[in-house]
Amino acid sequence: MSSVQANLNAPKPVASARVLLPWGRWGLRVTAFLYLGFMVALPLATIIKNGVADGLPAFWEDVTNPTAFAALKLTLTTSIIITIINAVMGTLTAYVLVRFPFPGKGLFNALIDMPFAIPTLVTGVMLVALYGPQRTVGAWLNAHGIQVIFATPGIVLALLVITYPFVIRAVQPVLMEVEKGQEEAAYTLGASKWTTFRRVVLPTIAPALITGSLLCFARALGEFGSIVVVAGNIPGVTLTAPVYVFGQIESQNQRGASAMSILLLALSFTLIVTVEWMQGRNRRSNVSS
Amino acid sequence: MYRVESLIQRRDAEDAELAQRKTSARTLRSLRLGGEKASGSKAPGSIRAKLVEWLLIAAVVLYATGLLLAPLLAIFWGALAEGFGAVVRELTSADAVSSLKLTLIMAVSATAINTVFGLCIAWVLVRDEFWGRRILNGLVDMPFAVSPVIAGFMLILLFGRTGWLTPLTEALGIKVVFALPGILLATIFISLPFVIREVAPVLGQVNLDQEDAALTIGANRLQTFWHVTLPAIRWGLLYGVSLTFARAVGEIGAVLVVSGGVSRLTETSTLFIFRSLDDRNYVGANAMAVVLAGISFVILMVIELLKKRTEQTRTI
Repeated sequence: MSSVQANLNAPKPVASARVLLPWGRWGLRVTAFLYLGFMVALPLATIIKNGVADGLPAFWEDVTNPTAFAALKLTLTTSIIITIINAVMGTLTAYVLVRFPFPGKGLFNALIDMPFAIPTLVTGVMLVALYGPQRTVGAWLNAHGIQVIFATPGIVLALLVITYPFVIRAVQPVLMEVEKGQEEAAYTLGASKWTTFRRVVLPTIAPALITGSLLCFARALGEFGSIVVVAGNIPGVTLTAPVYVFGQIESQNQRGASAMSILLLALSFTLIVTVEWMQGRNRRSNVSS
Repeated sequence: MYRVESLIQRRDAEDAELAQRKTSARTLRSLRLGGEKASGSKAPGSIRAKLVEWLLIAAVVLYATGLLLAPLLAIFWGALAEGFGAVVRELTSADAVSSLKLTLIMAVSATAINTVFGLCIAWVLVRDEFWGRRILNGLVDMPFAVSPVIAGFMLILLFGRTGWLTPLTEALGIKVVFALPGILLATIFISLPFVIREVAPVLGQVNLDQEDAALTIGANRLQTFWHVTLPAIRWGLLYGVSLTFARAVGEIGAVLVVSGGVSRLTETSTLFIFRSLDDRNYVGANAMAVVLAGISFVILMVIELLKKRTEQTRTI
């Protein structure tokens, strides 16, 4: 999944393009344009047109009404929280996976990809089955005053599960290539483990760590399947932005739904573009070094 | 032979010297020295390093198990809450069977369509050079940036009552929203980037000489693609296909918005789970969740296998 963003900035082999007949090349170009235009560009255009149909003041009103604003705030805070947790735990997991041998490592490595394969709704059902108020663990936590399901901790937990692999899969390959010699040199010179990690390892993995964290954040912003089951969706309390959009669609408020959608879209698109840009930059610096 | 032995001896001596220097450095031992090298030395520092290493491993394994494995076991528990008979009854109910069938049909169709068009688009992105390539590249990433609910909403805006394309579909007599075509379009949209993003890097590394050779000895372009290019990119392609399929099977947000959720007609497995939860039919929801988790598990195994293969072909 870390290879999701393709290496498109690399020098392109053009040899085959010259041997392809013009009609074949144009056929493929037109197919690509039509498919992506119809499947992606056209839907995007309608939503943007719909959101700003009544002018910017109406758009602003739609986004800043109390319920919408609370939903947006909840989505942003929970996304920031889980991004920070994932940055720390993801780096640690990647470090342990790359540097330490231990029994069952292959299996553990496969387990990490689970959130990529398992449906997000199933993740939600899983969390309810474990932490739901009628369940053993959930009841115990409830007795100690911690409510997980139908509360904010549930949202955080669901997002943590869904986004766990992103940082790991971004950092892991870079960590594999970090020169062990540098690290050893630092130890030999008397630097502590922590200092070595901070001064030698961290700067090397920083770009990958940031990329992974941004992807994680973008994913968390749009998450729906697991949250709709886990959160309870109480307006103003546990209603996240994507679930808010769903509610507006259900209640036929298309303009309100469009406005929030545009905002979410703009946010995650900016993040994805940043990631692409950063990856392109890293690649260039790797090539030149 | 002698040379090799002396080399080994020298390296051993160097290692020993290094280990000594490290112990004398009186600092915390290396994280990475916990590996093969340090395990040999009996210095107190290395015991401490080992301890830290095992603590870190334990912390990570516990965190991941608690986060991922515990909830997974909980759905089995939840499904079996009323015994095995209840699970079988729920899963063999007409609603459950038809929903699973619809999910598989939709996932297979969406995967097939995205594979064919994904190959075309990946080819254009990697091999072709023209002004619109960057735009296409940006468009490919959009489904990753769009929340699934918003994806479904877009289809409502396009094909709903006042949609831009509604006159066209009405003229053709096709019902899109709250019907099967809508579910298919939604599934295609959310799983669109995977094949392209997995195939493009592999396609970029294919040796063009082989293709040129095939063309020179008289193969036509389709034959060249089929016999030369496709085998070269097969692992990456299959990896992308399995990711697409996994995503398509598990989609809820987009499908929930466009399907209308008529049981036995437009209800996919995820919608079945969603409705079961609403009806407080927890055994049904958990049982179907186990089935979907099982499908994901198989896909996951395939993905792990393919990842090893792609890494091998990439290093070659």
